[in-house]
Amino acid sequence: MKTDWRERRHRWDIRYAPYAYIAPYFLLFAVFGLFPLLYTAWVSMQERNLIDGDAATFVGLDNYVELLTADPYFWNAMGNTLSLWLLTTVPQILFALGIAQLLNRRLRGRTFFRMGVLLPNITSVAAVTIIFAQLFGRDFGLINWALELFGAGRIDWQAGTASSHTAIAAMVVWRWTGYHALIFLASMQAIPTSVYEAARLDGANGWQQFWRITVPMLRPQIIFSTVIATAGNMRLLAEPLLFNPGAGAETGGSDRQFQTAALYLYEHGFKKFDFGYASAIAWLLVIATVLITGLSYLAARRIRTD
Amino acid sequence: MYPACPKQPALMERENREMRRTGTVVGVGLLAASLLAGCGSGASDGKTRITIGLFGNFGYQQLFEEYEKAHPDVDITDRTASYSDHHKNLAAHLATNNGAADIEAVDVGYINQFKANPNQFTELKSDIKDRWLDWKWEASLSKDGKQIGYGTDIGGLAICYRRDLFEAAGLPSDRDQVSALWPTWEQFMATGKQFAAKAPAGAKFFDGGPTVLNAIVGQAPTGYYDKSDKIVVGDNADIRKGWDLVAQGVADGLSAGLLHSTPQWNTGFKQGQFATLACPAWMMAKIKDQAPETAGKWDLAAVPGGGGNWGGSYLTVPKQGKNVDKAVELATWLTAPEQQGKVFANAGLLPSTPSLYSEQSVATKQDAFFNNAPVGRVFTDAARALKPQYQGPKAGDVQTEMGNAMQRVEQGKQGPDESWTQFVRDVTR
Repeated sequence: MKTDWRERRHRWDIRYAPYAYIAPYFLLFAVFGLFPLLYTAWVSMQERNLIDGDAATFVGLDNYVELLTADPYFWNAMGNTLSLWLLTTVPQILFALGIAQLLNRRLRGRTFFRMGVLLPNITSVAAVTIIFAQLFGRDFGLINWALELFGAGRIDWQAGTASSHTAIAAMVVWRWTGYHALIFLASMQAIPTSVYEAARLDGANGWQQFWRITVPMLRPQIIFSTVIATAGNMRLLAEPLLFNPGAGAETGGSDRQFQTAALYLYEHGFKKFDFGYASAIAWLLVIATVLITGLSYLAARRIRTD
Repeated sequence: MYPACPKQPALMERENREMRRTGTVVGVGLLAASLLAGCGSGASDGKTRITIGLFGNFGYQQLFEEYEKAHPDVDITDRTASYSDHHKNLAAHLATNNGAADIEAVDVGYINQFKANPNQFTELKSDIKDRWLDWKWEASLSKDGKQIGYGTDIGGLAICYRRDLFEAAGLPSDRDQVSALWPTWEQFMATGKQFAAKAPAGAKFFDGGPTVLNAIVGQAPTGYYDKSDKIVVGDNADIRKGWDLVAQGVADGLSAGLLHSTPQWNTGFKQGQFATLACPAWMMAKIKDQAPETAGKWDLAAVPGGGGNWGGSYLTVPKQGKNVDKAVELATWLTAPEQQGKVFANAGLLPSTPSLYSEQSVATKQDAFFNNAPVGRVFTDAARALKPQYQGPKAGDVQTEMGNAMQRVEQGKQGPDESWTQFVRDVTR
């Protein structure tokens, strides 16, 4: 009888304990992830002032209809989001691969460099952006100074679409490349050397080894990094916001040339107090992020050994 | 737990994001730590802690000490953020009914959005209404006649100019002679051309189109809205005239192309990138903060066109606070004429209580930073000449859009007409 009880308890332990272990995550996700998500969906179907929730009226899908059919600035923001997604994600992954490859060699002070590439990532995003905004300053920025030194002339980085996107992408790439590089490096070290030895015997050079062995072997990590980077880069807020601080920061430039969807959401929610409309933007951004993440997953999955 | 824990929501937000990355355990630890450390119990020493949320420079530090000395049971904690962060945080705190300071400053550009929801704020007593200028009092009155904020300062206008740069360009530098150069904005721009002809390298006549334009708008009898809250800026001949004038000034190379209250603009002060600046009284405090090393190089002249207002603030008491009565008492004290006089003396913010304008200590005040300019006389004259302009519900947003529109012209992205059309379309949409 007693052993029977013990045995049963042991069985329960095996069967249910894992759920208990992962429960805290799901509880926290429910409180900080799922609930806000659903509540936002509810708010998005209201005409609602941020600071007067009691006076909200239910308007169904009106906010979505207006966004999708009658709001050119929403599409402008979506376009900027996609452009910045491309300009940040692709270089981020490519640079990370290159840096990981370099760090995977025998070199002096290896640990120092490996730790070093992560430093940008643990710096506060606000600090990074403020420094970069100064580097990209029109009159006294270091980058314009260097350009002028080589006779290239000054660029008003914030004024143009391409120039502002480039500057913002530089901040993001600088911040996240090291993070992805370390992930790639860890998996590179797990690739058995015998594969490379065999390739060398077949006469493959370093470049061929990199593209034919290293990259295909890193496929799961590349997929992971692409998905993580996409999810992050689709909701860029702090970089474009702080790139042009001041009373008009949330419009993302004089002609909204670098206003991302997240920034557009911020403008409507916290400047215009249009909480319902902002929530609808949030949901459309979620849907767009899921779509783009799916696409980039499919793209990254195409990496194969021939 | 103390109700007005500084920046608690921001911390939670960051923790929340971090949690997804670093895992639950660390996240929970951080969360708990922030709740414990970031938000101590405020009343442990038996004092009532009154928090006050400000932006920019209100010149209150000495007053806080004075008040605490007179009220040993009160402990005042102030938190200061940038202009836009402050108002957005306040909105978020009102929306979540949590986190607002006991007293919150609100700028005139935002007061209409907040007074549209008077039930978020403690109604302030009207029996001391006579302290303030009528228009200042009315601007923070809700539609159903509730007063949500007591006026602090107003933004009477003048022009701040750099004596050294004027001299270098062969212009007179004496303030009366300078004032005589520009009775109108047209003459201001004409002076600009004279300046540009012999200006030292790297120095433009004014800081940026949006700043000048804001001053011109502040002088018009009607601003962006008519009194029925309809946006009429598209048909406002005064503003359009100002727009064309400033756009011409930009085309003539008089503008340094800097947007006010940005880091580049702040740098512009230090580098001497511009010789004049439309100066509401509160702007002087900004210049002193940004470029203390330019002390004595600045001076003050009359504003072209005369009169006008740009900016100015209110102190409100959100209902969600735990110390509403004591907060109202402090807000009443801080905005009383006596204290406004002290603020004018040490920070130069122009009082909204007219009884001070004839007071000797205010009217004769000089400012050493501005070459002993008679700031008292200049700004009390400006305040008297000021014709109040009705501010609509989203005047602050319209002002932002107009700044953007003028920037498009300065950056060469659009011509003045095209940019104006887009501006009018944006704000009336």
